[in-house]
Amino acid sequence: MSTPFYVSPQQAMADRAEYARKGIARGRSLVVLQFADGIVFVGENPSRALHKFSEIYDRIGFAAAGKYNEYENLRIGGVRYADLRGYTYDRDDVTARGLANVYAQTLGTIFSSQAEKPYEVELVVAEVGATADADQIYRLPHDGSIVDEHGSVAVGGNAEQISTFLDQRHRDGMSLAEALKLAVQSLSRDTNGTEREIPAERLEVAVLDRTRPQQRKFKRIVGRQLARLLEGGASAPTDAASDNEEPEAESGSGQE
Amino acid sequence: MEANTRSTGRLPAAFLTPGSSSFMDFLSEHQPEILPGNRQLPATQGVIEAPHGTTIVAVTFPGGVVLAGDRRATMGNVIAQRDIEKVFPADEYSAVGIAGTAGLAVEMVKLFQLELEHFEKVEGATLSLEGKANRLSTMIRSNLAMAMQGLAVVPLFAGYDVDREKGRIFSYDVTGGRSEEHGFAATGSGSVFARGAMKKLYRGDLTEEQATTLVIQALYDAADDDSATGGPDVARRIYPIVTVISDEGFRRLTDDESSEIARSILERRLEQPDGPRASLL
Repeated sequence: MSTPFYVSPQQAMADRAEYARKGIARGRSLVVLQFADGIVFVGENPSRALHKFSEIYDRIGFAAAGKYNEYENLRIGGVRYADLRGYTYDRDDVTARGLANVYAQTLGTIFSSQAEKPYEVELVVAEVGATADADQIYRLPHDGSIVDEHGSVAVGGNAEQISTFLDQRHRDGMSLAEALKLAVQSLSRDTNGTEREIPAERLEVAVLDRTRPQQRKFKRIVGRQLARLLEGGASAPTDAASDNEEPEAESGSGQE
Repeated sequence: MEANTRSTGRLPAAFLTPGSSSFMDFLSEHQPEILPGNRQLPATQGVIEAPHGTTIVAVTFPGGVVLAGDRRATMGNVIAQRDIEKVFPADEYSAVGIAGTAGLAVEMVKLFQLELEHFEKVEGATLSLEGKANRLSTMIRSNLAMAMQGLAVVPLFAGYDVDREKGRIFSYDVTGGRSEEHGFAATGSGSVFARGAMKKLYRGDLTEEQATTLVIQALYDAADDDSATGGPDVARRIYPIVTVISDEGFRRLTDDESSEIARSILERRLEQPDGPRASLL
């Protein structure tokens, strides 16, 4: 019988963290920013069907970087958690804090369990409040820790550089168009400092808009509305009026 | 690991198991006891007294469908509630109106709404209108044991079919049998009278305003002949709930809008108590 090599727990954890970080770094970055009327999610995503951002509940949105099958699993778990909680108690009792805690516990347990490989994902859970002060953004790295973020957050490959860029330029009360432009600008900077153009078709954009009359505040921004926001200086609102104007920009209530 | 998943606070395995997009399927795996259909009812003598909702009517018009309900709930010969709401949005493009045991029906609607929303969030696409109607059928069928003891729930489902671009109505029986109705439909204790009224007043080319007037006329006639159906309550300002579903989605008429229609009908009925007359030939 061969004796297994001794690996110090410290080394084992460092190896696992390294493994997860590398996996996450392979994915493209995405950013989540607060703006005057809510929270905007922006990322580069060549796929129209495989989303990085989605709705979890009325006021709660989800963003993920890393391995698709792993974060998709966590997303569905989150939707089930939120819907069950809302069904058992009340819709108001589903909070981003509760969901972030469950995600953190899940990621943490998987990360430290020797039987499972660590998830190569980094999540953002955001909840839009009645006012900007009540907005909550939580970042959940692969190891089960929770970071309470304010203003802006970036996850994925180039996250550190993008965060620094955003921290310097993001301010409270930006319009949606301003926040969106800042986000795209931050994503188009490469590691070596050069800038490249990201066409609108490759952008995935979603908002949690507190001014939306519907109970469900999550909405994807696509097509003409996105183009108009990107080019125009005018801060096109995302209210019901623009929904009616462009029915093809949004079908149904807050889904794709 | 598995046995101890709850105490670690992590999501239990059932939450992370890929598979069904149905919330009810998930519940039946994870917590079957909270699904309405899985409840065991002890054998009882006679009928259980519980509030019952009464009349729901629906009318299609070119461009959509109108679903409306009166506001009365009865328990035996007592009025249990004067201002109950029995018409609910199911999602952006459909609505459900309920007749039968109020408590069970409201729970069924809550679960139905959640079922549609859950599917939408997980799949990233909405169910077809037929799919939604079938889902409701399954839920009614799971209530069959209760229905046998007198606690039936019989809803009316109406929605705008985005693919076919028209309003559609589905009616149900206690066993979950589903049938599509063309033009108009009614359910509940006053439905016989409401249907009679609609049969005489319905035309294929109604405008939205005419359709909303028609449903309130029908509810008035139902209340006229059925003691369990409530008419417009002018003193308490309680008027029927009227909802319109069109390509713009679900909209519930404001209290002012429905009271205005109800009042103008009431005024005409002071002259002509039986309401508008259809021609003989």
